[in-house]
Amino acid sequence: MTQSVVVQVGQCGNQIGCCFWDLALREHAAVNKKGIYDEAISSFFRNVDTRVVGDGGSISKGKICSLKARAVLIDMEEGVVNEILQGPLRDVFDSKQLITDISGSGNNWAVGHKVFGSLYQEKILEKLRKSAEHCDCLQCFFIIHSMGGGTGSGLGTFLLKVLEDEFPEVYRFVTSIYPSGEDDVITSPYNSILAMKELNEHADCVLPIDNQSLFDIISKIDVMVNSGKLGAAIKPKSLVTSSTGVFKKRQEKPFDAMNNIVANLLLNLTSSARFEGSLNMDLNEISMNLVPFPQLHYLVSSLTPLYTLADVNIPPRRLDQMFSDAFSKDHQLIRADPRHSLYLACALMVRGNVQISDLRRNIERLKPSLQFVSWNQEGWKTSLCSVPPVGHSHSLLALANNTCVKPTFVELKERFIRLYKKKAHLHHYLQIEGMEESCFSEAVSSLSALIQEYNQLDATKSMPVEDLPRLNVAV
Amino acid sequence: MVLRLPIAHFFEGVCFGLFLSMSIVTVQLGQCGNQIGFEVFDALFNDSHCPRGLCSKKENEAYQASCKERFFSEEENGVPLARAVLVDMEPKVINQTLSKAARSGRWKYGQHSCFCQKQGSGNNWAYGYSVHGPRHEESIMNLIRKEVEKCDSLSGFFIIMSMAGGTGSGLGAFVTQNLQDQYSSALKMNQIIWPYGTGEVIVQNYNSILTLSHLYRSSDALLVHENDAVHKICAKLMNIKQISFCDINQVLAHQLGSVFQPTYSGEGSFHYRRNPLGDLMENLVPHPEFKMLGVRNIPQMSENSLAYSTFTWAGLLKHLRQMLISNAKMEEGIDWQVRPPLSGLPPLGKMSVNREIHFNTSIANLVILRGKDAHSADVGAFKDPALYTSWLEPVHAFNVWKTQRAFRKYERSAALVSNSQSLVKPLDRIVGKAWNMFASRAYLHQYTKFGIEEEDFLDSFTLLEQVIASYCNL
Repeated sequence: MTQSVVVQVGQCGNQIGCCFWDLALREHAAVNKKGIYDEAISSFFRNVDTRVVGDGGSISKGKICSLKARAVLIDMEEGVVNEILQGPLRDVFDSKQLITDISGSGNNWAVGHKVFGSLYQEKILEKLRKSAEHCDCLQCFFIIHSMGGGTGSGLGTFLLKVLEDEFPEVYRFVTSIYPSGEDDVITSPYNSILAMKELNEHADCVLPIDNQSLFDIISKIDVMVNSGKLGAAIKPKSLVTSSTGVFKKRQEKPFDAMNNIVANLLLNLTSSARFEGSLNMDLNEISMNLVPFPQLHYLVSSLTPLYTLADVNIPPRRLDQMFSDAFSKDHQLIRADPRHSLYLACALMVRGNVQISDLRRNIERLKPSLQFVSWNQEGWKTSLCSVPPVGHSHSLLALANNTCVKPTFVELKERFIRLYKKKAHLHHYLQIEGMEESCFSEAVSSLSALIQEYNQLDATKSMPVEDLPRLNVAV
Repeated sequence: MVLRLPIAHFFEGVCFGLFLSMSIVTVQLGQCGNQIGFEVFDALFNDSHCPRGLCSKKENEAYQASCKERFFSEEENGVPLARAVLVDMEPKVINQTLSKAARSGRWKYGQHSCFCQKQGSGNNWAYGYSVHGPRHEESIMNLIRKEVEKCDSLSGFFIIMSMAGGTGSGLGAFVTQNLQDQYSSALKMNQIIWPYGTGEVIVQNYNSILTLSHLYRSSDALLVHENDAVHKICAKLMNIKQISFCDINQVLAHQLGSVFQPTYSGEGSFHYRRNPLGDLMENLVPHPEFKMLGVRNIPQMSENSLAYSTFTWAGLLKHLRQMLISNAKMEEGIDWQVRPPLSGLPPLGKMSVNREIHFNTSIANLVILRGKDAHSADVGAFKDPALYTSWLEPVHAFNVWKTQRAFRKYERSAALVSNSQSLVKPLDRIVGKAWNMFASRAYLHQYTKFGIEEEDFLDSFTLLEQVIASYCNL
């Protein structure tokens, strides 16, 4: 089995990362009752004998001694990382796997990418190499960051080039939080566009997520929970947003709930690679099946169900509802409506007590209402993992390579142009060494080219699908 | 058209005093291959130890011994070891398979019969074939050699794989090629699982055409099972509500068991056929251009229903024949309107893949009857020349094997292995979808990355179009 390393960059990246590690520990604790360090746990955790000083402490089998996350934490401010290191997860992180600074990137991509990039390149490489050495067979880097700020956006994408050069065989999966329309960081369009160019060129796969969608999902859950309609029927610990197993009023820490959704996404993405099932799906299969052309590697994700009712006997109707929800625009993690756009490919990753006939029945049922590109009319990738997530009896993660991601990019471009036309705040960027106006124009071109690809695909949407003439052979 | 019968095995028969069967070495590849392989060995073992054999004790013992020699070797403490090599590029499935077998306590896999890596093939045929293949060639072939050395006499290899994924398909094609090179006198039959039409893997059609074209060159026979067909059997005949892959694999294993379990040779009741693969090939693959075989089995039902059902040979054979003619994969929903063309007249036009109702022409058929009064069953209807293409006499095109010993809990059961047009439509669909995708160049970068170029795809398309055309023109 393979291992993955999580690189969390910036405030947002580290907050999400923190939720992820908490959830990962709980998931493995629920599955691994005997406390034996097995291959499933080793995908994200090392087993360390903490009495040994220095590097020799790794234990590869036997009882779990002390679990250390395969993570590198990077932030150019200390606040968030310090909080993590003082919180309940402090023992999970190896104190040597951190890179922090104090001044922050000032919401400036150029500072994150150019200034801190060159300043910390060696250190970053060293930490990454260390984490790779601890792995028997490293398959994937998961990068978590936001696009709108300075560190996550700039330094996070600087990392991608480093990873590509240093570990060309290892996949780079990026979870990117895109800024919403009402983002309070004025320069977020600049940061996002500059970061997009890097994602276009150096990421294998990107899972775009926006805060507004996460917020809407939480609000919806709250309404359902508090309306009293469901009453005590909701299983405890079953909310994808809950971090402590008890659902409570949302006002305290809205970001926690939102971050938990992203954490669930990452866990479900890797579940079929870590745990057994009748139809496994490894991480390298995601890219293989969902990326038909190298530049079209943006995947829209949706998670269902968002909560599970206490009723243990799930009738097929409810199971089918889970599948229907996965395609509704309300369950997508970015603002997108996949049903009314064009699918290039779709993956359904199911966990729990769901069998192949349930999967097939639902694909047959939903297929007619979805539009697939002409050369991939039956483009479904499916997986069945026997182990359900904590608190659920089953769950579904849908990943779609769909043109519905285009509006996000178009909006981003428009916001950028509005700002750029006035040259607002531009001097903050141009005064950084290595930054010129051409950086901006190249970034916009890169995004425009991507949008154009999606436009061309959309143009084929209503065209009748015809079979192409086949090869003629003499018999 | 030159007919070449594989005659090498004829001389195997000249083996003094040994009436035991020759052995088959099974190679299980990838998740699918390993999951199915387990069910096959389990079905074979359970059947051979089934108390209700409906025959004399002596016969039952001979049956058991023959089955054992074919598929199992023996360990010191008497627990039978499957004659199998398990190969997968990631460990989860093999670990599960090994423990399932060990848990049963009745038979198991050899501890050292597995080859495993850490990272799978990513559903990438090119990766399975061009990277994993060469890299692990020596280790895998060594494991196979060890298993072969345990056999007194080798009938050949049975390779179980899917064609939709990366390991079973790509590495499977590579291993089969190697077997052809290193064991040129042994026969190879590939059991290939065709995926559901509506996608298990998005690039499944690419992987399929690459697999089929390569295997067509290096394998002796391709025994095909389609997930869609087996799924329907589970739904309609077995009445399973929530069908799992385990259910599907068990139906498959049942069908394979009914083909591969010992059957009488012509000489007399205690002599079971020695060379299962050789006999199958001789009967069913008269020409290397036509190697696709399908299996039909009747009756197939849940155990509950079985207790209340009785069948006659006449009834079973009538249904089986119509299943063949109308290309039905199971005994429900058979189209009784389809009739063979009147003898003496040419068939009703050349087959077109687009025609709705079509009569399924066969090259060769083998009927295997197991159970009560099998010797009295009348298979005359299968000898009708109208069923067959004109270039083989029915006496060569049709064969029947009859065995008194019943299979599992079925008092009477019949299996039909045929080399016919029945796989042309599914094959045509796969080629068509792959061609449409290929025209757009989608996903090709994933293959060229590992050395499979557009030319390799075109070669595969050409070969398969040829196969389709050949079968259509029967």
